[in-house]
Amino acid sequence: MPAGTLYRGREGMWSWVAHRVTGVLIFFFLFVHVLDTALVRVSPQDYDKVVATYKTPLVALLEYGLVAAVLFHALNGLRVIAVDFWSKGPRFQKQMLWTVVGIWVVLMIGALYPVLGHAAREVFGS
Amino acid sequence: MATPTLDKTDAAGTPEPGFADSPYITATFRIRRFNPEISAEAVWEDFQLEIDPKERVLDALHKIKWDQDGTLTFRRSCAHGICGSDAMRINGKNRLACKTLIKDLNPAKPITVEPIKGLTVLKDLVVDMEPFFQAYRDVMPFLITKETNEPTRERLQTAEDRERFDDTTKCILCAACTSSCPVFWNDGQYFGPAAIVNAHRFIFDSRDDAGEQRLEILNDKDGVWRCRTTFNCTDACPRGIEVTKAIQEVKRALITRRF
Repeated sequence: MPAGTLYRGREGMWSWVAHRVTGVLIFFFLFVHVLDTALVRVSPQDYDKVVATYKTPLVALLEYGLVAAVLFHALNGLRVIAVDFWSKGPRFQKQMLWTVVGIWVVLMIGALYPVLGHAAREVFGS
Repeated sequence: MATPTLDKTDAAGTPEPGFADSPYITATFRIRRFNPEISAEAVWEDFQLEIDPKERVLDALHKIKWDQDGTLTFRRSCAHGICGSDAMRINGKNRLACKTLIKDLNPAKPITVEPIKGLTVLKDLVVDMEPFFQAYRDVMPFLITKETNEPTRERLQTAEDRERFDDTTKCILCAACTSSCPVFWNDGQYFGPAAIVNAHRFIFDSRDDAGEQRLEILNDKDGVWRCRTTFNCTDACPRGIEVTKAIQEVKRALITRRF
């Protein structure tokens, strides 16, 4: 049977979706991270080659995405803990979500230079 | 002809001021139709009708059924938001058709009406509610006391004790919450918000003695721990019950064993 329309959930549902998506992304990163770190025991030369590719602008952009995912997952995780353990948590879940989004935006702006500075110099020249 | 009478013929011909403009608008209702005797596939069908935007979606469904297509099938009993029969998905969200005014839905665009999610559709907007009621029965939604003899006077309770579970007494079992839950859509074995709300109503009742038993039932892998706090149930509840809050209170009661 063809699916109906998408359920029109609100902040709570979409933050849960974002939490799931960022969680899966972080899991994939950790998987790759364990593999590339393990490579140093197999062949240090190959390890150096792999890590050298991490300095390219494209990977820098992916790292910025990783920062975004980790920050959201961490901050929203605190919100979920508050919803679970603070008796007033469920009532303030929306306000807490917008606080999380606010802090996330500020931290993402703060992470711009440290994460993307090197790539920007490489692409646009210093 | 002694008594002077008011000549009404003129007044009947010209409408009173304010009534000149018709309150009626043309609204389109896009209804998800399903009839297993005709096709295994559900289809969208549009109905156009003249309707006062201050009327409810249920009135529109009645007009469609009575004037346009008698085969349109939906449940409704009291039509006043108490029986909980007409929960359906209107413009993508679970609501009671009898409590949703058309003017609150942007009638300029087609208004979509679908059956609630997660339960088997039997025909058009009618779903099989049996799994929903089974989960409700499983939490033993009735007073259980230790004493074997019936008391000779009322079971008294303080106003504060009554207040403790006041919110969860409002449930009308319409299934708007349970069928708004993403966990329930994926796994119908989950007890669902409505069953937990009704367990909450007795767990936190000072007159009831089976709180521990009910908590054990909800400690199951398909019990309260499946809740992912998406708050869809709280948004969907037509009675304004803080459903997610109630579920969280049951979770915390399971950890602290205080209730």
